[in-house]
Amino acid sequence: MARVVYREHEGGNRFWMALAGFGALIAAGLASAYYMEHNGHVVTGMDNQVVWGLPHVFAVFLIVAASGALNVASVSSVFGREVYKPMARLSALLALALLASGLIVLVLDLGRPERLIVAMTTYNFSSIFAWNIFLYTGFMVIVGAYLLTMMGTGLDQYSKPMGLAAFIWRLALTTGTGSIFGWLIGREAYDAAVLAPLFVAISLAVGLAVFLLVVMALFGTGPNAPGPELRTRLGRLLGIFIGAVLYFTIVQHLTNLYAAEHKSIERFILWDGGVITRVFWQGQIFLGAIVPLAMIFLGPKILSRGRLALAAAFVILGGLAQLYVIIIGGQSAPLVLFPGMIETSSFFDGSTTIYVPTLPEFLLGLGGVALALTITLIGVRVLRILPTTLADAETQT
Amino acid sequence: MRMEDFIADAPKADAQRAGGCGTGTCGCKSASPRDDRAAALAIEGDTPNSTGVDAARRWFLKSASAFTTLALAPGVTLMAYAESTPAAAQTKARAPNEIVSSKNRWGLLIDTTKCADGCTGCVSACSKENGWKDTGHPRTDAQWIRKVTVKNPKNGATTSLPMMCQHCAEPPCVDVCPTGASFKRADGIVLVDKHICIGCRYCMMACPYKARSFVHEPLEDQKAHAPRGKGTVESCTLCVHRVDAGGTPACVEACTAAGHGAMMFGDLNDPASEISKRIATYATRQIRADLGLDPGVRYQGI
Repeated sequence: MARVVYREHEGGNRFWMALAGFGALIAAGLASAYYMEHNGHVVTGMDNQVVWGLPHVFAVFLIVAASGALNVASVSSVFGREVYKPMARLSALLALALLASGLIVLVLDLGRPERLIVAMTTYNFSSIFAWNIFLYTGFMVIVGAYLLTMMGTGLDQYSKPMGLAAFIWRLALTTGTGSIFGWLIGREAYDAAVLAPLFVAISLAVGLAVFLLVVMALFGTGPNAPGPELRTRLGRLLGIFIGAVLYFTIVQHLTNLYAAEHKSIERFILWDGGVITRVFWQGQIFLGAIVPLAMIFLGPKILSRGRLALAAAFVILGGLAQLYVIIIGGQSAPLVLFPGMIETSSFFDGSTTIYVPTLPEFLLGLGGVALALTITLIGVRVLRILPTTLADAETQT
Repeated sequence: MRMEDFIADAPKADAQRAGGCGTGTCGCKSASPRDDRAAALAIEGDTPNSTGVDAARRWFLKSASAFTTLALAPGVTLMAYAESTPAAAQTKARAPNEIVSSKNRWGLLIDTTKCADGCTGCVSACSKENGWKDTGHPRTDAQWIRKVTVKNPKNGATTSLPMMCQHCAEPPCVDVCPTGASFKRADGIVLVDKHICIGCRYCMMACPYKARSFVHEPLEDQKAHAPRGKGTVESCTLCVHRVDAGGTPACVEACTAAGHGAMMFGDLNDPASEISKRIATYATRQIRADLGLDPGVRYQGI
């Protein structure tokens, strides 16, 4: 394979305009966080039943996308696919940016974000949340070192073992994120081991989708943009990941449907949960899985830029929908204290909560996305992250 | 704990230790069972020697009432004793330097057959005691204790019961708390350390009883013995400030004062305690016992 030459992004009007736009979104996100913290969470759509709202959907999305964004680097370093190697640096940088942003959204949605230092210094090791703090910081360190081995002179020999370490760590990280929900024994929607591999699958799909959109946005439509072979290769990989998400989703719901105690939550998610049911079928399954699968595997074998970008956008939409169903849907359904009985109380026992997110929550989440993209843009501007070309080998001159 | 609470409670507690409810509202018709016995003894001096029909009739009525009193008094006394013990302070005040001991496991027994539908005395008492209140935002207002109505859809049978932190022996909220702010005392009381709670709400996700509330708004007029904090999570403390002072939770006291006697507080680890005896005698139930959390709150009649 020809020697890959990396360069800093040259900037340009579009670059700076994008940066300014993301900056405005970050400012809006910070203002929203301040508004929520100053007034209390009463100004959000969250309450004592739906305690995690839209910011969590965005935060978890960014965190799982972070580990998934590392796919391309892992495939090149761990599985030796040279064709992906030119994109490995960007893959690692994007992973770091997404994780940092997801964590910032998570922290800004805390009731007491100023006590972050407490969370960093006081641990309860029986909590998967506490484990995740180590998994996140460990991910930052390992992927940072991995990026260094890829970029530093004479460090290339270490990139394979570091890539392997990062790959193992990212699997642990997403398993940990899934276990945040999977280990909740009290709620019918969670309490399932399958949530851990499901989250790994979601991360593979949405992480690659985000990566694809970022790559295509950075390289535009010029001669150095990803060539048809690379696009098709990445598109098919995305298709396999979508299939994996569908597989674990089907296992999750079939297992629940088999157990009488979980039928009520399944009925809520799949049949009569109102918005949640619509988000599941229309957002997660149809737009998030069936449509992109059809776009990737039906039609001409070579994936056009437009088809691939649209498929990736649908996967991102589907990932957000799936996390919305898991996080919001799982809390909206009432807790069952007395199975088979009808419960009522002034605390809304037995009743379904209709969560309506507010603008500040949405802006906080969006600010997180903007932050991830800003970090990435600054990274590619100041560091030699991007290869000069991603055109297919045979078309390169 | 406010000093006036101690003072106001003292005479009542004396009466309770004597075996009565101390309020005269639990059905014993006296401030103390001693009064029943005194009433019975007071008429022993009368005889049928008085002259005339009226006197004979008076003697007959007195004798009948005396007989009735003597016959019923022990039963009434026993009932009064049984019904009053919930409020009776079975705890011993803990000295400030005394370590909380795992010899005790404080818990509640709730007799749902005595819990009146529509009565929210326990809820009001908790609110007053701990300072949480209705701010007009029912979805976000804290509720440390609530009345839940449970209806069987097959036959329409309805039960009303108070629901609060179940003070589990294996509390999921404690397991999941990343900072250890949720913790269980050696005596089984599950609390939140407001100083290190970061407001992540993971404990609320983990609690199967929906027993925890998040403080969604700025607070004012807090009680010194029940500190709260905007952006932190809170729940029933089992009135730990009262328990440490040798008292009983406010909800239990209010339920007894209202004459229902549906709530009993005591030491689940002490086989001689009234709560342990009751649990050993009657069928009781832990809510969501299938989860294996071993809650410290037991329910009778469901």
